[in-house]
Amino acid sequence: MMLHFPALLVVVPLIMSFLIFACGLFERRICFPLTLVTLAACLLFAGGSFWTVLSTGQPVHYHLGAWAPPWGIEYVVDNLNGLVLVALAIVALLAAIYAKTMVEREIPVAKHAPFYALYVLQATGLFGMTVTGDMFNLYVLLEIASFSAYALIGMGEGAAPFAAFRYMIFGTLGACAYLLGVGYLYIITGSLNMADLQQILTPLYQSQVLSVGFAFLLVGTGVKMAYFPVHTWLPDSYTLAPSSVSVLLAPLFTKVGAYVLIRILFTVFDPSFSTTLLPATQVLGWIAVAGILFSSIMALAQSDLKRMLCYLIVTEIGYIGIGVASGNRLGLIGSIFHILNDMFMMAGLFMAAGVIQAHFRTRKTHELTGLHRKMPVTSAVLVIAGLSVIGVPPACGFFSKWYLLLGTIQAGQWFFMGALLLGSLLNAILFFRIFERSYFEARPDDAPHLGKEPGTTFERAAMSELVPMVLTAAFIILLGLFSGYIVEYSIAYAVPKGM
Amino acid sequence: MTDFIVSKYNYWIYVLLIMIGFYGMMAKNNLMKKLIGMNIFQWSIILFYISIGSKKGGSVPVVDPSLHPAIRALDYVNPLPHVLMLTAIVVGVATTGIALTLLILIYRKYGTLEEDEILEALKK
Amino acid sequence: MTDSVQPLIAVLAPMIGAALILMTGNKRPNLREFWTLLASVVQFMAVYGMIPQITQGQTLRFTLVPIGKALALELRVDAFGMIFALLASFLWILVSVYSIGYMRNLKEHAQTRFYFCFAMALSGAAGVALSGNLLTLYMFYEILTISTFPLVAHKETPEALRAGRKYLVYLLTGAGFVLFSIAGTYYLTGSLDFVAGGFVSGRGSGEILRIVFAAFIIGFGTKAAIMPLHEWLPSAMVAPTPVSALLHAVAVVKAGVFCCLRVIFYVYGPKTLNDLNLWIILATVVSFTVIVANLYALTQDNLKRRLAFSTVNNLAVIILGASLITFDSVRGALLHLPFHGFMKITLFMCAGSIYVATKKELISEMDGIGRKMPLTMAAFTVAAAGLVGIPPVCGFLSKWFLSLGALQSGEILFLFVFLVSALLDAAYFFPIIFNAFFKTREGNPGRPVREAPFLVSAPLAVTAFLSVLFFAFPDAMLRFYTMGDLVARSLFGGR
Repeated sequence: MMLHFPALLVVVPLIMSFLIFACGLFERRICFPLTLVTLAACLLFAGGSFWTVLSTGQPVHYHLGAWAPPWGIEYVVDNLNGLVLVALAIVALLAAIYAKTMVEREIPVAKHAPFYALYVLQATGLFGMTVTGDMFNLYVLLEIASFSAYALIGMGEGAAPFAAFRYMIFGTLGACAYLLGVGYLYIITGSLNMADLQQILTPLYQSQVLSVGFAFLLVGTGVKMAYFPVHTWLPDSYTLAPSSVSVLLAPLFTKVGAYVLIRILFTVFDPSFSTTLLPATQVLGWIAVAGILFSSIMALAQSDLKRMLCYLIVTEIGYIGIGVASGNRLGLIGSIFHILNDMFMMAGLFMAAGVIQAHFRTRKTHELTGLHRKMPVTSAVLVIAGLSVIGVPPACGFFSKWYLLLGTIQAGQWFFMGALLLGSLLNAILFFRIFERSYFEARPDDAPHLGKEPGTTFERAAMSELVPMVLTAAFIILLGLFSGYIVEYSIAYAVPKGM
Repeated sequence: MTDFIVSKYNYWIYVLLIMIGFYGMMAKNNLMKKLIGMNIFQWSIILFYISIGSKKGGSVPVVDPSLHPAIRALDYVNPLPHVLMLTAIVVGVATTGIALTLLILIYRKYGTLEEDEILEALKK
Repeated sequence: MTDSVQPLIAVLAPMIGAALILMTGNKRPNLREFWTLLASVVQFMAVYGMIPQITQGQTLRFTLVPIGKALALELRVDAFGMIFALLASFLWILVSVYSIGYMRNLKEHAQTRFYFCFAMALSGAAGVALSGNLLTLYMFYEILTISTFPLVAHKETPEALRAGRKYLVYLLTGAGFVLFSIAGTYYLTGSLDFVAGGFVSGRGSGEILRIVFAAFIIGFGTKAAIMPLHEWLPSAMVAPTPVSALLHAVAVVKAGVFCCLRVIFYVYGPKTLNDLNLWIILATVVSFTVIVANLYALTQDNLKRRLAFSTVNNLAVIILGASLITFDSVRGALLHLPFHGFMKITLFMCAGSIYVATKKELISEMDGIGRKMPLTMAAFTVAAAGLVGIPPVCGFLSKWFLSLGALQSGEILFLFVFLVSALLDAAYFFPIIFNAFFKTREGNPGRPVREAPFLVSAPLAVTAFLSVLFFAFPDAMLRFYTMGDLVARSLFGGR
């Protein structure tokens, strides 16, 4: 049974998505438990596959339909995506638990069934993107994830459909660029399998077609991971999306995109292709520096908490970009570890923002006075996640920054290092402004806006909202404390040899 | 030079179509036209893929069982791009479906599909 | 190297105390205060219990969490760390008693947050003292900064919030420099563990090592209030006096000095500093702070601000002594670290005591107060005399060694720096004492002035008494002299 886990990881949520929709037409209340069961099963599949990888030391290969690659589609779980899969599953499950009360608050009852169906479909796409070993299959799953994202975002308030539409235009551009890249690669190699491409492409590195295809691939992936300057779709769409949607999308979607970038740069193409043959990593690095500075400053300028967090996502992706751009072992370890960390950090932050919006009735950072009095747990989670973003040990964010820093020093890239440190400082200012508001300046005018609308009382957050948040915060600390083990036993093997 | 253009005419066509689609997506104000541009963009890539699979004098890629195993690949058009593009077409259709849904929602809310008018309405 | 759980207890006890304080909350203040006192006593006992093993030359170790190649979050106790740990943990007990009296008398708000952050800060300070490598040091350094931020901004007035923000920006920027240096050190040497005499020699070009050293000093020097990075300290005086007393006279800034000395002695070492000629650059830069800080102190009318600049001066004196890297200057610096702590905390507690009794903050308003509050002003006189360097207060001892060390370094200039600094000390302390005892205040007598309540006056009497005791018996109770001697010997190969 365990042999089939990689495939089940995609097949089960795909089928369940339709099942949830069908069942939901009859009995609405069954949708949520079914979603939880599906995602818990996915966690089992992901964990099982990763465990096999750890214990045998070999990647797990699964041939769909028993067709041998490179003619058949292959699913691979190795040290690079194994951890990502497990983290994906955990965060998706936590987000789903969190979403229960949020959905009842934000989504009209008639739409619950399609909502959960899309939720699980989104998870399918994300899992699939991570586990697949075939370039075109990745495109398909990328689009599955993307258009369930468009639909989920479109369910939000106000200008959400418009934001979703603009996201769609932009996102399709990216996906099509990716498709073009795959096409160019196919023209010159005749293969779509990642491992196969690695072999076939090596003598072809001087080809111009290859360079153009590579560029298309990078642009496409960059759009999906919200790399500066093609990140513009992110702030609007994630801010206007319902809270239940943004806690699923924000931590996961862009990070899977980052994983795809690392896959392309370091598995499909030999690392030396991006570092020495083409100045790809240099360009990526400089763009990342600009992205970090730009989005940190934009984040500082926001008065909406959720929008600020959206710009923070772009900054974090910039950090991952710097690790990739260093082009050495330490930098890559930092990037991979940062993908993991960022999933949990953003999950915690967006969950907190959602709870604040729902119960504290505001998203304006200057209206957060007295937050810790009314919502101590949420404030504590904000603090832990915020300290992790800033890079304070023993939270996990420090350790990925440590490796990133070492990577830039080893590569001699002083500007990249400066961007890392400056970004941390700007993030610190960002968060301490919020901490100051929520922990100080309380008393006489505790949350004045809460009393503005007649009949609004403060209702406490439900357990299903608090527990996932607290678990995310716990993971942030645990990932930090056990970073040594994680890096040594898993991530170190994910780095291609010879780096 | 003419040989360069004429022999690779499929690539030129797809480049032209992509540019048209891209122009539609970016420059047009009406959201519906943007959508149509996006569609043209997607279909042109599909055409590109299919065109690279074709061969001069190749026929439909259905193997006559009586001819096993003496098949010459040159006789048949490459079926793989066709298969891939079937999937891509489905993806495109799904995306278009969602896009149209969103457009309906937007139209209901703002009464218009012109981007600048919607942005005006949002500012208020 | 022996593995022991004692350092862990020293760091963990305050953290557990903090958690208990948070859980007890405002509803049962006596129980909450009990947790503070209990945690401080437990921490002190854990630290004190390590003295016998350390004086025999052992090192105690506790590994928290392994990180990667040759890296771990690790506590390692040596004589140098013990000096700071003993100072911080002992004084915490006294300041806890003092805070209870102070906060209750003034009916201050947010007391739970206050005690929580205080305990976390002491945990951070113990962690800094007992850390075995730069990474662990950095972690506890950050914990210290973050837990003291709510204490600085405690009053929540716009001025307090501004001071808090300034505090954060200065210290977090400094932390950025430190992180760069730590990463650089790891990259150059592959290790971050502290070694007496340093471990970076020969691992990089002179230029690189100088840059990393400069970044270290800029980073840690921000917390040690070296000019021109000192600006946050006078602003932070807006905090309640117990905060100023322990944190800024003893724990926070002392942590900064401690870290600077760690870098000077245990990362670079006397030989490397000599070879790179870094010692004289550092000594010159710090001398500037020594003199200018005292000049600033002369101009301050607010008592706490004057004391703040005096602290800046004394911290710079310690770093100056360390940078002269001679046997006696190092010993003097290592003695001045705790002795100054005792004397300065006496002074701050006196300032707080005056505030509790009279609500006065300005020196010009304190004429004749010595007659009304004889105990407080007597303690003040003793401590001030010690800082100037007058026997029989312990400050004389440390200044004596420092001056000896300045002579040994071969640069007479620094001896003059010490002497001028002492003269200026006298210039701004004696007027306070003189006015307090020998002048009378015109104008309406106001309400009758008495000594501050017992909980507030007792601790300062104790520290003043100890300041005198340490002169006669510098090794009394806390073995500062032995520890300092051990450290100096380990650096210079015994004498």
